[in-house]
Amino acid sequence: MKKKKEFGKDRLVWMYTQMVRIREFEEAVKRAFIEHPGAIRGHAHLGDGAEASIVGTLSTRRDTDLVMPSYRCHGYPIVLGTPLRKIMAEIFGRKDGLCKGFGGSMHLADPAHHFPGTSGIIGQSIAHATGAALTAQVKKTGQVVFCFFGDGAAKQGVFFESLNMAAVWKLPVVYVLENNQYQAYTHFSLEDANAIAGDPLSKKAEAFSIPGTTVDGTDPLAVYKVAEKAAERARAGKGPSLIESKFYRLSAHGNVITVPPLPTQFPEHEAVAVYGNKAEFAKWKSKDPVVKFRARLTKDRVLIEAGAKRIEDAARAEVKDAVKFALASPLPAPEEALHYVYA
Amino acid sequence: MAREMMYGDAIAAAIIEEMQRDPNVVLYGQNMAMTERDPMLKKFGKDRVRLAPISETAEIGIGIGAAMTGLRPIVELWMSEFLLVAFDQVINEAPKFHYMSGGQVKVPVVLKAGFGFCAGWAGQHSNCIYHTMMGIPGLKVVVPSTPADAKGLMTAAIRDDNPVVYLHPYMLTLDKGEVPEGEYVVPLGVADIKRAGTDVTLVAVGWMVKKAVAAAERLAEEGISAEVVDPRTLAPLDVKTIVESVKKTGRLVLVDQAPRHSSAAAVIAGEVAEHGFEYLRAPVKMVTALDTSVPYSEPMENYILPNENKIIQAVKSVMAHEAVAA
Repeated sequence: MKKKKEFGKDRLVWMYTQMVRIREFEEAVKRAFIEHPGAIRGHAHLGDGAEASIVGTLSTRRDTDLVMPSYRCHGYPIVLGTPLRKIMAEIFGRKDGLCKGFGGSMHLADPAHHFPGTSGIIGQSIAHATGAALTAQVKKTGQVVFCFFGDGAAKQGVFFESLNMAAVWKLPVVYVLENNQYQAYTHFSLEDANAIAGDPLSKKAEAFSIPGTTVDGTDPLAVYKVAEKAAERARAGKGPSLIESKFYRLSAHGNVITVPPLPTQFPEHEAVAVYGNKAEFAKWKSKDPVVKFRARLTKDRVLIEAGAKRIEDAARAEVKDAVKFALASPLPAPEEALHYVYA
Repeated sequence: MAREMMYGDAIAAAIIEEMQRDPNVVLYGQNMAMTERDPMLKKFGKDRVRLAPISETAEIGIGIGAAMTGLRPIVELWMSEFLLVAFDQVINEAPKFHYMSGGQVKVPVVLKAGFGFCAGWAGQHSNCIYHTMMGIPGLKVVVPSTPADAKGLMTAAIRDDNPVVYLHPYMLTLDKGEVPEGEYVVPLGVADIKRAGTDVTLVAVGWMVKKAVAAAERLAEEGISAEVVDPRTLAPLDVKTIVESVKKTGRLVLVDQAPRHSSAAAVIAGEVAEHGFEYLRAPVKMVTALDTSVPYSEPMENYILPNENKIIQAVKSVMAHEAVAA
């Protein structure tokens, strides 16, 4: 069966554009630690390396479907249409931020763009996404919920409880286990029973008698295909699926944890900094999903060099504008901290 | 119109009425709605009334996610201790989303649990853990002490746009009282004077309210007029009503089923020390459970709990304090 129009030229260009927007945004966040020291507080987590997985999955999304990832959450609202200005201003703790400076990098929320909210506690948002799928089922909205979490989260009890309940209740949710290979600083081969046995992490699906698939998370079209199947199953009322999308986090877990007034910025990747494994990092860097997809689209003549560059320049300009906007936005007044305690 | 109802039935009445009124209210929990004969299942259908597996973290987390996206779930957790296996969701998830999102997200979920089952349930099923939750900004905590309040506060909890922990003392389940029929809302955050008096203020929580009222009746026979204040909602706490009562009586005895330092009494004593010090004619006295786990055997269980005699003794000591001072 031929795929619908999704793989048409416009669609492919859209996918590349979103991947580039995410990458440029994350690079700008990383640079901000050097260019604007002190502008970002606490801990920021980047999604570079996840672009193909995010965009491939969300390419199956219909208008009102919900997206609920973990605290590594910048990339998804970028695809959903949240203005980059508002995301950057939030990460900079500004009044014009998406959450008015109440949440920061780990707690983006934009319900108006089908992004209900994120939790900073690893794995816990899996239950929230499952609950959003309960709403879709009870209210018969036809929505599917795309729930993203890392390989670390799949070691939390909430993962097992939530997937069991979603399977029992046949909830319309697609679980995307983003195996970016590191749970904070720990390589997944050191803490995952499936990995230690030489099995893919999608084997966990067998525990709930639901489909489990492992896919190359650096290939947006491959991700699209498995995500589409899982979304169709969810929409048909058959319940959840588990996708292990395997890629590589290209930046360190987060900026270095320092105590003020010591400055912080992104360190070298754990592969190098902790494990001394330069070869591993180099191997995955050579599979950079953005670079790979660009090469594929230019080779297939979907994009010419000048077209690709136009997309990249536009993304860079958009991100530059977002940083400028964030820096110009005022900090919230101190007493605003008393707002929003109760609804 | 009111009719006599048992406390437990009054809670159920509120849930049924709210589920009839609002199709977004759903109810689920363990060991319920297991057969098609279940009356709630018959009334509301299997979409809105569900059996949940024994998975408190997911049950509560799913309630939060459903609340964020448009439902008003009631999660039946049976015993407050079962919240403890899922405490991240209760303390660090549900109350945070409205704030962290800068007011964009609301989490109208009710977490219903019985507590303080002092009928031989021993160390792990008889606790009072409200103290751990009453200081969490964004979380509301409700402890009704009468059948009427049980109904009115459940209705308010379901309609509230915030996460509400609805804690009902198991020892009150069979208590009877007049309950208004039809729509009945007791606003959250408003204390109730269960008995008016002029000599001493008794602030009591949950099961302890009726013990405080009984003690007050006996004290009246001895010429001591005790006012009994029931906070009803521990978070947000109606400090104003409590301080106003102390202003009138000049004396405060706090009665709480929890051990001393994990009691609501300790928090209330602090508030009165700051906001009502000038009205006090005697030191504040706390009548709480002793600092032990709850023992299994009945004489020991009785020994560690507050009772009428301990309350009366405490009241007499604060009355005597003034006699000495005068």
